[in-house]
Amino acid sequence: MGPPPPTVALPGTAQLPLAVALPGTAQLLPLAVAVPLLGAVLLVVAGRWLPRPARDALTMVCAAAELACLALLWARTDDGRAVSWMGGWGPPGGSPAHGSQSVGIVLVADRLGIGMALLVTVLTVAVLAYSWRYFDEPVGEHGGVFPALLLLFAAGMCGFALTGDLFDAFVFFELMGAVAYALTGYRIEDPRPLHGALAFGIVNSLAAYGSLLGIGLLYARTGQLGLAQLGQALDTRPPDLLVVCGFVLVLAGPLVKAAAAPFHFWLPDAHAVAPSPVCMLLSGVMVELGVYGTARIYWVAFAGPGGVPAHAFRDTVLVLGAVTALTGAVMCWQQRHLKRMLAFSTIGHIGLFLVGVALLTPEGLVGTAVYVAGHAGVKAALFGLCGLLLDQYGSVDEHGLHGRARELALPGALFAVGGLALAGLPPFGTGLGKSLAEEAGGRYLPGLLPALFVVVSAVTGGAVLRAWLRVFRGAGPTPGDRPGEPETSGEGEEPEVHSPSRRLPAPLTAVPAALLLGALVIGAAPSVGRQLAQAARLFTDRVGYLAAAYQGPVPPAPQPVPASDWTVSGALLGLLSAALAVALALLAVHFVHRGPGAALNRRLVLPLRRLHSGLVGDYVTWLAVGLAALLVAFVAQR
Amino acid sequence: MSVFPYLVAGWVLLAGIYGLATSRDLIQSVGCLAVAQSSTYVLLLAVGYRRGATAPVFADLPVGAPVVDPVVQALALTDVVVGATVTALLLALVIQLRKRHGTVDPERLTGLRG
Repeated sequence: MGPPPPTVALPGTAQLPLAVALPGTAQLLPLAVAVPLLGAVLLVVAGRWLPRPARDALTMVCAAAELACLALLWARTDDGRAVSWMGGWGPPGGSPAHGSQSVGIVLVADRLGIGMALLVTVLTVAVLAYSWRYFDEPVGEHGGVFPALLLLFAAGMCGFALTGDLFDAFVFFELMGAVAYALTGYRIEDPRPLHGALAFGIVNSLAAYGSLLGIGLLYARTGQLGLAQLGQALDTRPPDLLVVCGFVLVLAGPLVKAAAAPFHFWLPDAHAVAPSPVCMLLSGVMVELGVYGTARIYWVAFAGPGGVPAHAFRDTVLVLGAVTALTGAVMCWQQRHLKRMLAFSTIGHIGLFLVGVALLTPEGLVGTAVYVAGHAGVKAALFGLCGLLLDQYGSVDEHGLHGRARELALPGALFAVGGLALAGLPPFGTGLGKSLAEEAGGRYLPGLLPALFVVVSAVTGGAVLRAWLRVFRGAGPTPGDRPGEPETSGEGEEPEVHSPSRRLPAPLTAVPAALLLGALVIGAAPSVGRQLAQAARLFTDRVGYLAAAYQGPVPPAPQPVPASDWTVSGALLGLLSAALAVALALLAVHFVHRGPGAALNRRLVLPLRRLHSGLVGDYVTWLAVGLAALLVAFVAQR
Repeated sequence: MSVFPYLVAGWVLLAGIYGLATSRDLIQSVGCLAVAQSSTYVLLLAVGYRRGATAPVFADLPVGAPVVDPVVQALALTDVVVGATVTALLLALVIQLRKRHGTVDPERLTGLRG
């Protein structure tokens, strides 16, 4: 008789007898970043010899291992945090004396961070399934490059979500950035993807260097690079101007990644031209990581007495979010290029997420978390359906495709459902998140913030429904061209596969359907919301984070767990915005450009559209102007 | 430590941004991005500098000898690697653009606007 197999206790489950002991929590954290990194290397090295099915299987195994790793972490952390000091270089004896330097690098994961990483991995799996037969992948030397890039992208994003170190955040930020530029310009035969990737790369990298300058300034002031150490060091000093400058510079990277106006210009250019599976990841989760980074950096490092006052952050980011949301909604409505329309709708929703975070309450945060999760499913599904149109017709132009997709019944139905879900129809996750964030916002600015949420989600959802009516139903007259107006048509897009008339591959419909189902579950299953509410409370508990990072005893979180259930008013507002979206879409299709609307359009909207010039130089100018404005705003409210 | 190197870092950053904003050549744009990045090198080195100190290589140093901050040097090294990767990638994109589109002038790329 051998010894009995070891048992591992998982919270919330029965004791599982396991033949092999699972790695401890401290080992799981770095594994979550290392598994996709190793997988990417393996794929690049072995990809040139392996046949395609073996490559696909290897990629899927890596993604599944990553998913298992993160799911185990989620189960183990429960209402706590997992902390791992790399190589055992932790602070000696737990909490270090004030002012002492710790050179160790730390990963700190709470459920919101793990949740973001899980979202990354789930979307990566969806994208891998979606692109199973989507590309005619190059063989030989370059075999396996596309899945390897996807895994590398996932590694960068997971690392960014799990790190507790400011400089590491910069490195992961640049890793996911560089991979994203390469993925955006993946189809190097066309000029437009290259153009989009260049705008994306130059603007994002410049912002990342701004972040690095900020990190350098903060290091000069405090001698710390870890978020928790930085927060602790700032707590012991009086607030000063250099710290505020450092804060604004550090935020440059996350805010540009999050595409907050006026840093958003790169996003529509990149998303319009990137391959559709890549757009699913870019819009679904990478952009949201910018919002996550902003929230994490402020909360841990700067929310103390030596940082940036709460009212300054709240008011500034609230204005930033509102401007972003309105810009995104207005521009979304103007687009005829479907992917560009979805890109602007992402900007609109990012604005709403920023508003939710800016409230600095657990209630606002749980609303944003649910909203992000639901939005990821819906937006990825819609991008997937655009990829399907591109696959079948070689175009994503709302006008050019007028009535041509009538034959696609199921994709059409999914597209319509996606549009309604984007508008916040209950019981989708987007609807629940919107209702929770609305309520939290209504407590701060009654009337105004809920109205912003309703209008922005109705307009963005309405634009998608308008496209559905035209493309899948053939409703209304074919809209004429608008000569003299700057616009991007969706005609002449290279189909991403080279035989457009072949049979419709199953994953192109199945994956969007599964993603929409996921968004439905997030809103309809109360346990998801409850767990995210607990996570949001933990996220806002700064004292606990600092203690946990030093592996000291963590005091219990002071605030109660925020509510995360549907309310009658929230559901009604969700129904209202969905109804508004339908009404807007019907109006637009049947009564195009008549009456006073056209004059208003010329006066107000056309100048805004002219700003989106496609010139990198203009985008850089806006970046500099926006940063200067943020700096003035924060210094003035100091 | 004088304030001069910090001013230099700021000036280099502004020069890079000015170049990026006004450039009519994408190769030059990528170069300007590298210039803007150089400001981070200057800043990091200025942060770690100590007067009269030497390089933090302890092989042939007496114990307790003053050395400059090794952490910022590690940061600068990482920064160089990141910068080289990004610059190489962007230059490759520009070269490909020149091959396919026959231009490196951003004003002549009019496919994406509005």
